[in-house]
Amino acid sequence: MPMPSSVYFCLLRAVFLVCFVNPLIILGLSEDVNEIQDHHHHQPKENLTGLPIVTFKWHHVQTPYLVIIWVFVAGLAKLSVVELSHHVTSVFPESGLLIMLGFVLGGIVWGADMAQSFKLIPPTFFYYLLPQIILDASYFMPNKLFFSNLGAILIYAIFGTCWNAATVGLSLWGCYEAGVMGNLDIGLLQFLLFGSLIAAVDPVAVIAVFEEVHVNEVLFILVFGESLLNDGVTVVLYNVFDAFVSLGGPRIDAAEIFKGIFSFVVVAFGGSFLGIVFAILLSLLTRCTKHIQIIEAGFIFVVGYLSYLTAEMLSLSAILSITFCGICCQKYVNANMDEKSVTTVRHAMKLLANGSEIMIFLFLGVTAVDTEIWVWNTGFILLTLLFVFIYRIIGTFLFTWMLNKFRLVPIEVIDQVVMSYGGLRGAVAYGLAAMLDEDKIPEKNLMISTTLIVVYFTVILQGITMKPLVQWLKVKRAAHSDLKLIEKLNNRAFDHILAAVEDICGRIGDNWWTRGWNRFEENYISWLLMKSKARKNRDYLFNIFHKLNLEDAINYVSEGERQGSLAFSRSDEAANVDFKKQFGSEFADVMPNIMVDMSNYELGIEHFSVTSIVKDTIPSVSLDIHGQDRKNAMDDINAHHLLQQHLYRSRKNHRHKYSRSHFSINQNEDEVQEIFQRTMRSRLESFKSAKMGVNPAKKITKHHKKELMHKMPNGHTDSTGHLYGDEVDRAVGRDTGAINSTFMRDMYTIGAGIENPVFLPDMDSPAHSPPWLMETEAVAPSQRAQRRLPWTPNRLRRLAPMRISTCSTDSFLMADVSLTLEEHEEQPQTDNEDMRPVFD
Amino acid sequence: MGTSQSGPVHRFQDLAHKTGFSIEEIKTLNTRFLYLTQDEDTLRREHLANVSDLALNPIRRQIIEAFFDKRNMGEKERGCLQEIGFEEFVTVLSFFRPPKPHTADEEMKNIKKEKLRFLFNMHDTDNDGIITLDEYRCVVEELLSSYEIIGAETAKAITDAAMLEVANVTVGQMAPDEFYEGITFEQFMQILKDVEIETKMNIHFWNLDTMTVQCGK
Repeated sequence: MPMPSSVYFCLLRAVFLVCFVNPLIILGLSEDVNEIQDHHHHQPKENLTGLPIVTFKWHHVQTPYLVIIWVFVAGLAKLSVVELSHHVTSVFPESGLLIMLGFVLGGIVWGADMAQSFKLIPPTFFYYLLPQIILDASYFMPNKLFFSNLGAILIYAIFGTCWNAATVGLSLWGCYEAGVMGNLDIGLLQFLLFGSLIAAVDPVAVIAVFEEVHVNEVLFILVFGESLLNDGVTVVLYNVFDAFVSLGGPRIDAAEIFKGIFSFVVVAFGGSFLGIVFAILLSLLTRCTKHIQIIEAGFIFVVGYLSYLTAEMLSLSAILSITFCGICCQKYVNANMDEKSVTTVRHAMKLLANGSEIMIFLFLGVTAVDTEIWVWNTGFILLTLLFVFIYRIIGTFLFTWMLNKFRLVPIEVIDQVVMSYGGLRGAVAYGLAAMLDEDKIPEKNLMISTTLIVVYFTVILQGITMKPLVQWLKVKRAAHSDLKLIEKLNNRAFDHILAAVEDICGRIGDNWWTRGWNRFEENYISWLLMKSKARKNRDYLFNIFHKLNLEDAINYVSEGERQGSLAFSRSDEAANVDFKKQFGSEFADVMPNIMVDMSNYELGIEHFSVTSIVKDTIPSVSLDIHGQDRKNAMDDINAHHLLQQHLYRSRKNHRHKYSRSHFSINQNEDEVQEIFQRTMRSRLESFKSAKMGVNPAKKITKHHKKELMHKMPNGHTDSTGHLYGDEVDRAVGRDTGAINSTFMRDMYTIGAGIENPVFLPDMDSPAHSPPWLMETEAVAPSQRAQRRLPWTPNRLRRLAPMRISTCSTDSFLMADVSLTLEEHEEQPQTDNEDMRPVFD
Repeated sequence: MGTSQSGPVHRFQDLAHKTGFSIEEIKTLNTRFLYLTQDEDTLRREHLANVSDLALNPIRRQIIEAFFDKRNMGEKERGCLQEIGFEEFVTVLSFFRPPKPHTADEEMKNIKKEKLRFLFNMHDTDNDGIITLDEYRCVVEELLSSYEIIGAETAKAITDAAMLEVANVTVGQMAPDEFYEGITFEQFMQILKDVEIETKMNIHFWNLDTMTVQCGK
């Protein structure tokens, strides 16, 4: 046997062994592998007379090597599936394509081996592939939606599954008795067992297909929630029937059946309860992981997995356990952990879940290429397909009909069709079928092959037809709205209104319960499970606001950089000014005034702002400044230079300081302090300018604008056509800068770093005459950036909060000296917006 | 209430016809009305202030005002009433009646519009057809007032951001000298068009809690 090909053999074989074959099979097969390996290694051993320089130690690394090779192959499979031409992917769902790719890979393996010794085997599936998928699904579950539809979901998940199991099992048994299937060694109980394993809709398959379809959220949560919970139910049902089968027909009496039902309840609810307990533990744990930030993300996975295994150990429903663990912990965990850890969790969760999903589908395909498991019985297989399909539809319509009597918003017929058509079976069914005991169920292989056919049929055929069906039926799609904030506000107002009207009518309805729960949750549960600091920021409105602001800041910086703003890439000559000292005195002086100023200003401006949403409490640039001449042109240049030296540079460069337990962009405290003080200084200056009698630019109206144009001193008034051209900007910018620098000089004479050589006037750079010179010295973006940014619709929206409420930003600033880097990067927005009126 | 006199029954039928409630629902609501007013004929604001659950509602003021707002009575008048009778009470509540199944599309649109109009009026306190920034700010401040951590300033900032969102979506790119006056009803409809208000702004009017009426007082 030539060397390379046999190595290849070993590789493939061992992958399967290691990954997906239970210990027994591994034992059985490893002999086989060892034989080949012995064959290989025979020769080197014989020749071993001296010290070998390198040796081939395949069997040392065999196990992990093969695992990783298969993971790699799975990754490549996903890549190739995604990169396929658009025509293919728009028709086929990814899951179906992966299964088909699995056929091909399985074919290769089979062709090499002449037998498919490798299968997706239950322990691997249930212990290593499934948990993270369920955890991912539950961790990202939209909780409000889930719980507001919980009733319907439970009905479908519990009664729907029982209905499916019972009807499919009984109908098959009926047909068997009628002699359609010929000679099979199956009794009623076995049929019911089979029915229970084939009953459950599979979350993996459902997510994979529905994710691509984008149906409306209620429909999605119904199908998805059902698939998630009924997995738990079906496993329980399976165990009960499995026990019945072991017990044997004659020994089952009323007491045993009662015990079966009771165990069903205990297992399902016990599992859920266990999950909640673990969720509480996890939330408590994350309350105190502040100092081990780098590993706190790991706890989510570890504790989640622990809840799964513990439930399994106690023979409770492991799937339900991990589901509820994920659902219940998400809110508190996300609030408690650092933002970075939350991001880590999100990404890692998606990575793991996606990875397993690919493996599962791939191996569902690979498994099929095997002559051993295929037992064909036309009657059994076709009837199963038929019954699975029919009873799913009947069941859905039946339970929806009952639910619609109580639902405020009835589930529409179209949605019901999609729901019943979305009854995809998947790997859980296969895993359960493969777990059957051959001693008790002689027709195990028939069941496995039937299950596989059902899985292929539903995932591939129904998966392909789902999208056209949804389009054809005009199912309500998920609405995408740009209005993040107003939507949240409206939703919240809405909840309150409904609750109030219910109160007035004296009805104890859903809203009453929701509100009661919310209050309880807020007062007690959050108190217990959340950091006090996290409780503050947890309001979801605030979160949205915060997120938008962060996004703005990031966009702003990147856009500024893209447009070549120099402000973001400054030279290294740092100005060594001791800000701490100077700032202390300066700031203390002006501080009270600021407060007074602000409040006065507030009052004064209030009646003004009815028609204008722009309300700059900090008069950034006065419109009147154009009245002032360009006599200060030199100051302009000087000031620019000063700023240039002194600007904060967004330093993202790492100082290469390796640490296992910390991962941070270098950010020493001095730097933060410095940024803060610079920003403050710019604020102070603008206040000063306001106090010095310059008219504040609080209202920008057409009128003002005209005024502005008239007042332009540089003879540009007539060039309205080029109003936003560089010249005007430049001129205006220069003026502003000029004015600004006057005040700045005042400031520095008070005792700031004017004695520092860096700040001394420097005349040699008039060519750089800076149009972006503003009174703001923090990160002033280039003129270009300033001029253009606000005009894209996004920017207008995003920048809004800062522009309008400079006041509040300031108060944030003042309240919290130890601001983080990000918050400072938001600052330019304010400045930018402050400036905007001038260019309007 | 069980004893039927020809007067009330006739009145109820009229009301049922007018508002779309069933006679049963009208009867239950009447019981509730009498409980709230303590058997008087008219309902005043202080009556509603006695509803204990309402006390915790941050925007109760607006909701209570909506009950006394003439615009919600189906008339063209403006302004506020000091007290309302049962008919007005039911009229206001009928905004929250779920639409009957198999309603035609046209009618559904009207229902949606009415419901939105009710919400709009609630925000548009001075009835000039525009929700101005100040008006909206009031709403948001009240809305967030139950979270003591979020100060008025944050509320203001949030309002402003929200308002600009609206401006951005409804008006699109504004000329530099344009300013956004506030949300008009058309814009209000536009921003809420994706929210299926006709299916959400509903409450069940069966199973009302009449127990308190019998035991209470």
